Amino acid sequence: MLKVEMIENGTVIDHIEAGKGKKVLDLLGIGTDYPYLVALVMNVSSKKKEKKDIVKIAGIYVKDDLVNKVALVSPNATINIIKNSKVADKHQVKLPMELKSIAKCPNPNCITNDLNAGDFKTIFNSGGNGRYKCSFCERVFPHSELI
Amino acid sequence: MDIISIKDLKKEQIEEILISAEKMEKNIGCEMHSAKVGATLFFEPSTRTKLSFQTAISRLGIKYIDFFGEWSSLKKGESFTDTIKNVDGYVDLIIIRHSKEGSARLAAEVAEAPVINGGDGGNQHPTQSLLDLYTIKKLKGKFKGLNVNLIGDLKHARTMQSLVYVLSMFGANITLTSPHGLEMNKDLIGEVKQKFGVKIEETSQIDVEGMDILYACRIQKERFSDPYEAMSIQKKFAIKMENLKGAKDDLAILHPLPKVGEIDLEIDHTPYAKYFEQSKNGVPTRMAIIDYVFRH
Repeated sequence: MLKVEMIENGTVIDHIEAGKGKKVLDLLGIGTDYPYLVALVMNVSSKKKEKKDIVKIAGIYVKDDLVNKVALVSPNATINIIKNSKVADKHQVKLPMELKSIAKCPNPNCITNDLNAGDFKTIFNSGGNGRYKCSFCERVFPHSELI
Repeated sequence: MDIISIKDLKKEQIEEILISAEKMEKNIGCEMHSAKVGATLFFEPSTRTKLSFQTAISRLGIKYIDFFGEWSSLKKGESFTDTIKNVDGYVDLIIIRHSKEGSARLAAEVAEAPVINGGDGGNQHPTQSLLDLYTIKKLKGKFKGLNVNLIGDLKHARTMQSLVYVLSMFGANITLTSPHGLEMNKDLIGEVKQKFGVKIEETSQIDVEGMDILYACRIQKERFSDPYEAMSIQKKFAIKMENLKGAKDDLAILHPLPKVGEIDLEIDHTPYAKYFEQSKNGVPTRMAIIDYVFRH
């Protein structure tokens, strides 16, 4: 059985939909230049689902607003904050009400997808039903289409 | 204040604009903002919207500078937001039309001058909706309880997106008649039903019985990969004299224009045809809108 090193202090994101672990890391801005231990374990056997991905990030406690963006990729993921090798806090991700600069509008005719549009930040707002409205083109999309 | 989407306006604000439009029509020619300069930035073709805005601006005493996308620095690769920032430095008002949805909102974000949306892709055309409301008010004196049938390509026509929203806001009974595949966006229908508690009927058969307003729009041929299919749909959805059998005597037919075969030419000569009057109402309504953004 594959063993992944425990982290002393940091964040473990569990129950990520299989195959989406890399996307979660991208969303959190964790890249090859990150200085501490990062583990991405894919296709782990799971009781709840057939397979899942797990991400372990040492050295940071990922903040709630950022954590909730993970819900866009995997709405059932859970966040474990690890302090001194123990789980200090555990909760499920929640879709945020507002998304600023992290999502791309799926509407190809939205000005935000025009290469020559210039300087702007994308903003999406949700009515709390898992659907988001682009503040520019006013179209509404399911969260899964935004990332 | 900017006017970007009809959804940004409250009922009281719309009512104020409509009352002001009536005054503007009576006092046409008043030069109430003569020290100001506006820019009409039409990045895509327009006849009625551009000319009626330029007329409205002129009648208010405002000077305007015009813009042609193909002769501008856009051709040199200047970004949209940079173009807007530059123009913003010269004028007191920006009126914009652009093929990209959300462009007017983005312009309003970067400009300090008020921005009025003259149509952004398939999204919004708020000033058209306001002039439609003004026309209906002039013709019928009310909105609540009016039976309004919107006919045509309800999927792509931005006019219809804005119109269904305001008609619902004012309590009209709405029927949506469109060919299969060109129905109005379900999210928008859901939104207006939830917000305003209106009933909206959807059908694919033209029926004028009991209608007070028939609002037609063109089938947007440019959106079809098969021109023959577009032509067939347009023929099927054209309003002909025979469709008007059983219509109320005071039925009013409206159209944002240009009409390209959706309404039989014969109908132009009947008392039902109100679309040229509607187009004319674009001037006092846009005068009222410009005056409103300067005052708020």
